[in-house]
Amino acid sequence: MGILVDNHTKAVVQGITGTQGSFHTELMLDYGTQIVAGTSPGKGGTQVHGVPVYDTVEEAVKKHEANASIIFVPAPFAADASIEAMEAGLKIIVIITEHIPVKDAIQIMACAKRHGVNVIGPNTPGVITPGECKLGIMPAHVFKSGVVGMASRSGTLTYEVAVGLSARGLGQSTCIGLGGDPIVGLTFVEVLKKFEDDEHTKAVALIGEIGGNLEELAADFISTGGYAKPVVAFIAGRTAPPGKRMGHAGAIIMGGAGTARSKIEAFQKAGVGVAERPSDVARMLADALR
Amino acid sequence: MKLFEYEAKTIFSKYGIPTPSGGLATSPSQAGEIATQIDAPVVVKAQVLVAGRGKAGGILFAQSPLEAEIAARKLLSAEIKGSRVQSVLVEERVLVRKELYCGITIDRSSRGYVVIASSEGGMEIEEIAAAMPEKIVKVFIDSSYGFRPYHAIQIAKKLDYAGSQMLNLANIFLNQFKIAMEYDAELVEMNPLIEMPEGKFVAADTRLIIDDSALYRHPEFKKRLTEEAEHELSPQELEARKSGLAYVKLDGDVGVIGNGAGLVMATLDMIQLYGGKPANFLDVGGGASADMMALALNLVLSDPGVRVVFINILGGITRCDEIAKGILETRRRIGFLKPMVIRLVGTNEEEGRRILTEGGIHVLDSMEEAAKRAVEIATTEG
Repeated sequence: MGILVDNHTKAVVQGITGTQGSFHTELMLDYGTQIVAGTSPGKGGTQVHGVPVYDTVEEAVKKHEANASIIFVPAPFAADASIEAMEAGLKIIVIITEHIPVKDAIQIMACAKRHGVNVIGPNTPGVITPGECKLGIMPAHVFKSGVVGMASRSGTLTYEVAVGLSARGLGQSTCIGLGGDPIVGLTFVEVLKKFEDDEHTKAVALIGEIGGNLEELAADFISTGGYAKPVVAFIAGRTAPPGKRMGHAGAIIMGGAGTARSKIEAFQKAGVGVAERPSDVARMLADALR
Repeated sequence: MKLFEYEAKTIFSKYGIPTPSGGLATSPSQAGEIATQIDAPVVVKAQVLVAGRGKAGGILFAQSPLEAEIAARKLLSAEIKGSRVQSVLVEERVLVRKELYCGITIDRSSRGYVVIASSEGGMEIEEIAAAMPEKIVKVFIDSSYGFRPYHAIQIAKKLDYAGSQMLNLANIFLNQFKIAMEYDAELVEMNPLIEMPEGKFVAADTRLIIDDSALYRHPEFKKRLTEEAEHELSPQELEARKSGLAYVKLDGDVGVIGNGAGLVMATLDMIQLYGGKPANFLDVGGGASADMMALALNLVLSDPGVRVVFINILGGITRCDEIAKGILETRRRIGFLKPMVIRLVGTNEEEGRRILTEGGIHVLDSMEEAAKRAVEIATTEG
């Protein structure tokens, strides 16, 4: 159930021997995620938490029939690692790495388009289908298997909303962090399409923030095509000043574009409920599903 | 990272794009000397990193070396939009037949670069886009084959040029794109790109912003990054940058610390929703240690405008007990002069609460409740 990842997902961890890679490999294994292999050039033949390490993704994929990758390698090597994974045939790539140069991110996305790959991130907490597969660094305990599909541009704010959904017994089908960078792979529109086709998802929560126009495009998609499931949005950054980066590289209002107001108005026009406070999201979705 | 106009122009010249002749001056007499060498009317331009410099009085015209000296003296003792002027660029005044615009930037929706040009340069591109959208030419670049000569020629043609002028202009656009690629630019702009009466083109003003994440590929700008910081940032912002904390100074009185950019932004929004004004944005990031938390708290407390500090932590990889220790450690070191509202939930929540409660600090568990409380304190204890 859910989208993108489930109990059939077999993942490779790229950068498994690093501090972050090794730490989160253990947590993902604890959650029950099938981490079948890791890579770290020069460290092939070793093991991390019992997971075999290879020099290249190609070897790892051949030996273990992996179908997804999660990337922890440092920013200067992240584009190389991503393209390696895609050329090796993996169709789900989660890029945790922060501070990847925009030029490199553009290359990654062009490669993803050519190979038909779903890229999540960069600068994302990852993706989780509660109870089945966690491919990311999010705290597992806030998520409960359920009916709300979530997509978000922010990590902790996602957890805030997820806690509310879990407390009301709604839970989550799949929760995806789109990433805090200006150029990211999966967008709200693509995720909305996938949630519409997923029978386990009964409603969708979108957590947006200032910068770019992914939210406006999502609103446009909903209003033009119609959407079969209830959607509630929350937008962070109503008080953000223009021209300043609010923590995320992508959270910046430039030349009057990317304001919270523009996103909120777009959603309201599309008939999407916009929550004023994070805690309102769960309440509004519960009402909509009643 | 923003480059100064004179730095950007040095790069433009290196890539064969004509710029007006001139030089950089840090004193009025130096400005006079440059004007003497130019031996023609000049423009004296304040070197600041803020946009909209012209309207703010940062560009002056001078007919003689003496006038140039006076203009430089005026600018060098001025502040333009809050930035101190450290140097001025003295340039030959260029005669104008037409002002054009050409900018290269990142387009998020197409996940690539976009080249934007207009025959109506001289004002901000957003103003052109609002006033006469039909005068804007946009080419979205497919990164697999890049910006090609035919793209550049198409643009020049759409700006109404023909023959050798069209080819010259196209060549300038191609070189500008080369700068964008080789310098990892977020923005490379010529505004205006001037067509002179005899038909030649010259980039009269240029902007270049380098992607901060790519600076490791451009070590020559490392030093400049510090200078930029000193120019543009408040003491708190400067301190935060050194410590690796994401901090933005705002003008209210409720100091804010949280973990995660989205959560902190939402916290600021809640403060405003309940009638308060946030004093800052501060994200301690994921997995902050007690030391990091202490550093963050010190930073917020050092802002004299702060009346109350609101700490909003939802622990995932961040541990509530570490946050609690950081808070107590700061109190032990400096003693609190300002009230605090703390919301602490998530990983190791019980331990964190115990530490703070034993230290006599009350902890809340709803973000909205805590925001309300912080605003109440800020408004009643002023």
